[in-house]
Amino acid sequence: MFSGFDFDVIGRSLPYLFREGMTFTLTLTAMAMAGGIVFGTLLAMMRLSRYRVLQIPAGAYVNLMRSVPLVLVIFWFYFLVPYIGAWAIGAKQPIQVGAFWSSVITFTMFEAAYYAEIMRAGIQSVPRGQVWAGYALGLNYWQTMGQVVLPQAFRNMLPVLLTQTIILFQDTSLVYVLSITDFLGAAAKVAQRDGRLVEMYLFVAVVYFIISFSLSATVKRLQQRIAIVR
Amino acid sequence: MQYTWNWNVFWQAAPDGSGAYLGWLIAGLGWTLGAALSAWIIALALGATVGTLRTTPMTWVVRLGNAYVELFRNIPLLVQMFLWYFVLPELLPNALGDAMKQMVPPWASFWPAVLCLGFYTSARVAEQVRAGIQSLPRGQGMAATAVGLTLPQAYRYVLLPQALRIILPPLTSEFMNIIKNSSVALTIGLVELTARARAMQEFSFQVFEAFTAATVIYVLVTLVVVFGMRYLERRVAVPGLISAGGAPMAGH
Repeated sequence: MFSGFDFDVIGRSLPYLFREGMTFTLTLTAMAMAGGIVFGTLLAMMRLSRYRVLQIPAGAYVNLMRSVPLVLVIFWFYFLVPYIGAWAIGAKQPIQVGAFWSSVITFTMFEAAYYAEIMRAGIQSVPRGQVWAGYALGLNYWQTMGQVVLPQAFRNMLPVLLTQTIILFQDTSLVYVLSITDFLGAAAKVAQRDGRLVEMYLFVAVVYFIISFSLSATVKRLQQRIAIVR
Repeated sequence: MQYTWNWNVFWQAAPDGSGAYLGWLIAGLGWTLGAALSAWIIALALGATVGTLRTTPMTWVVRLGNAYVELFRNIPLLVQMFLWYFVLPELLPNALGDAMKQMVPPWASFWPAVLCLGFYTSARVAEQVRAGIQSLPRGQGMAATAVGLTLPQAYRYVLLPQALRIILPPLTSEFMNIIKNSSVALTIGLVELTARARAMQEFSFQVFEAFTAATVIYVLVTLVVVFGMRYLERRVAVPGLISAGGAPMAGH
């Protein structure tokens, strides 16, 4: 079945695939995860706040992001970020934003909406009495949130947050639509140059499978450990 | 900010002579919905089957079902799209592979996209169905067998009617996912809504109008799906049967 195929092409392109491609994929995943969790937590706090002016915009943002496909969001930000940047620094012309920063901003903003829903559930999973106890001790809002509620919320939601990050890791492959050299993009370039589509795409699938599968197995074990402690 | 807005662009003639740009977007929406609905049929049929099999007492069937779910869940959708479109025709017997490659343009990317979305979503549906069946009290299955039902009858009359009602809300979000995920098919050349908006932007240079229109259409579709499914939930609700509160799930 594989007689006409040349699996050597994988060996030849390994350094390029991993040093260029996988490095980009992992850096993007890590930065979007960090940014997304921070921004997502802020969005969740806004949605749960007492003030309508905070609740409504946060809710609208989360619902909007969640009803639009990621590919469209990637295109949106790719064209929008240069204009926002120009507006922010007061430049006359749209500024140049590299493909890397454009995708970091896109994935941070997009994933924040999904992290926000997880963190909202996490904050709500902390009993209200904890919040009242915090206030009764004289802590203010930020102290109660930062020292009482959020640490417990993160702990409760850790498995879901990590699962979402695995999905984010897989989703970063969509930067392909901007012709960026992530892991899949690098493989696609080699595949098209050497006419070896079958070998390269099968290899990419295997690598993604191994990474995602071992990560989700780790999350599953972590989930069981946390469940026992509680 | 130097950007010239022109909201009249939707009524201007598109360069391929097929009418206005608005017509382009609506044609794109048609392909989005067509691909999503066809894939949803595959996803529901396969997902319900695999999900049910994963709760049976047959160990090797359960293992096979688990492997199926893990396979489709741990490879990015875009990579799966390429596997169906570029790789599968090469691995099939020559006659079949050539037939796949020689399909007339929209169908050559439409069918691989439908199969890809269908199988990808079926793994996620299978996970929901399994969770739904396992959320039922164990006594339900035992009682069913105790009154003399066979295993298939127990599933048909006792377990599945309850489980499917419980998982209606997560199935709603899977259905919305399949509509959104169909945009990934633009990478293999299916000209659905996002691809149409992108093409409109390239030809008319009105970036933000084109993307705003696509966004509005996606939001409207989401609203229709949400209200439709809420109506369905009310229609099939059994009085007194408590629906399970949704636990937070990672996903898209």
